[in-house]
Amino acid sequence: MGTGTPLIKIRGLSKVFRTEEGEVSVLEDINLDIMEGEIFGIIGMSGAGKSTLVRCINFLEKPTKGTVYFDNQDLSRLSQKELYKVRQSIGMIFQQFNLLMQRNVLKNVCFPMEIAGVNKKDAEKRAYELLELVGLSDKAKAYPSQLSGGQKQRVAIARALASNPKVIICDEATSALDPSTTKGILALLKDINKRLGITIVMITHEMSVVEEICQRVAIIDSRHIAEVGYVQDIFTKPTTEAARRLVFPEGRREDHFTSKRCCRIVFDGSSAFEPVIANMVLEFRQAVNIIFANTKNIDGKAFGQIVIQLPEDELTAEKMITYLRNRGLTVEEVHNFV
Amino acid sequence: MIGMGFLESLYMTVVSSALAYVIGLPLGIILVVTDKDGIKPCAGVNRVLGVIINLLRSIPFLILCIALIPVTRFITGTSLGPTATIVPLVIGAAPFIARMVESSLKEVDKGVIEAAQSMGATPFQIIWKVLLPEARPSLILGAAISVTTILGYSALAGIVGGGGLGDIAIRYGYYRYQTDIMLVTVALLVVIVQVLQDLGLRLARLSDKRK
Repeated sequence: MGTGTPLIKIRGLSKVFRTEEGEVSVLEDINLDIMEGEIFGIIGMSGAGKSTLVRCINFLEKPTKGTVYFDNQDLSRLSQKELYKVRQSIGMIFQQFNLLMQRNVLKNVCFPMEIAGVNKKDAEKRAYELLELVGLSDKAKAYPSQLSGGQKQRVAIARALASNPKVIICDEATSALDPSTTKGILALLKDINKRLGITIVMITHEMSVVEEICQRVAIIDSRHIAEVGYVQDIFTKPTTEAARRLVFPEGRREDHFTSKRCCRIVFDGSSAFEPVIANMVLEFRQAVNIIFANTKNIDGKAFGQIVIQLPEDELTAEKMITYLRNRGLTVEEVHNFV
Repeated sequence: MIGMGFLESLYMTVVSSALAYVIGLPLGIILVVTDKDGIKPCAGVNRVLGVIINLLRSIPFLILCIALIPVTRFITGTSLGPTATIVPLVIGAAPFIARMVESSLKEVDKGVIEAAQSMGATPFQIIWKVLLPEARPSLILGAAISVTTILGYSALAGIVGGGGLGDIAIRYGYYRYQTDIMLVTVALLVVIVQVLQDLGLRLARLSDKRK
């Protein structure tokens, strides 16, 4: 869990790429604090500027404006040599794993330590410990091509941990994996965060990943940070269009509903016991149409959401909203949903 | 005589290949590293080197042999025989090898390079620990092609008295119409190329851990 001191501070960061067709702005005025020990999500559609933001955090890409403070060091003021040193304390895992194909698993995990100049014996000893941690001790001598996707990502995690990083940045780390493998990898990351206290930054386009392990999330939408906050707050009360799109990933439009008013109701663990909708229908003697419903596990807490279609009659509709609000539920009208 | 020619051909090929790699390998690395997507982009160096390499590669080998005679004499004291032929062979093959190395290194997955960069690897470490080892199977295959090409060039040098099997084929087989000698030398060249190419393929396959 976060300790309240920021490990990564992004300040006024903008990035403009010069291409043959002119200047393309990818990020504009990004400000973010990522706290020590938390699992922080950065979510956005593809093309929103996520990957550029990652590359700016470790200064693989120099920001056009603004800067990044890592552990209170202003990265823009560091020499190239100091920058290499800082990067050694930032572990990274990738969508395509990016393992060295001509090295066996053990040597892959040793790689960051070779770069940092750790002697071979100590490096191998630590590599074995890390492989134990990710549950792959028996694959030490295997080559990456002999492993499954999930196993490759475990090796990548062991490799990222090898240099004793303060943070692990996961760039779409589960996007190439199937759902059950994804769960395993996320559980491993959560465990690492809890046991070793390492900060984790998850960059993803999948809300389910954020819901599963992140405490806080930043939503990045067309070059800007649209919204930052606790995952459960954004889930219950999304204030921006971008957030709403992510909370309803299904986002389907069904034209024959458009004439009527719809409401999105969010339940948390405490309100999930009372049959609210059924009681409401009984009380008003008016049917409501349930168009969408699901439940989510956000950082260990159960959340449910239902989208209902209110009756045509304005007065009843209004009363129903009040009824639901009085029962402590979060109710908001959704216009674009159906 | 043919046995001697065989040994001379091998000698020229092996020594020239080794020396050409000493020049060509670093040049190939520089081409990749200074490319605009490389790990240390430098358009100026890349452009100049590219032009020089293309220039050298476009000169027909025979012309290069003749043009280099003064240089060859200066270095080896003669312009005839296998040792003298090594000079134009090295200069002719190095740019070719640079391009072969370049194309092998460019096959290395960009993601792996980015991973190394994100771990704080210096450009030198990336070349040494990522680019070269990851491209190893492709580099070996490239070497097989380069060495057999150099063997072909060395035979061509026979026309200006370069020694080796090519020299014998031209002097006896062509000038004196001794077709049998011509056939034997050509057959020998074919065998050498086959063996080298096969060896390269095997080594490449053996060293490739991607399967």
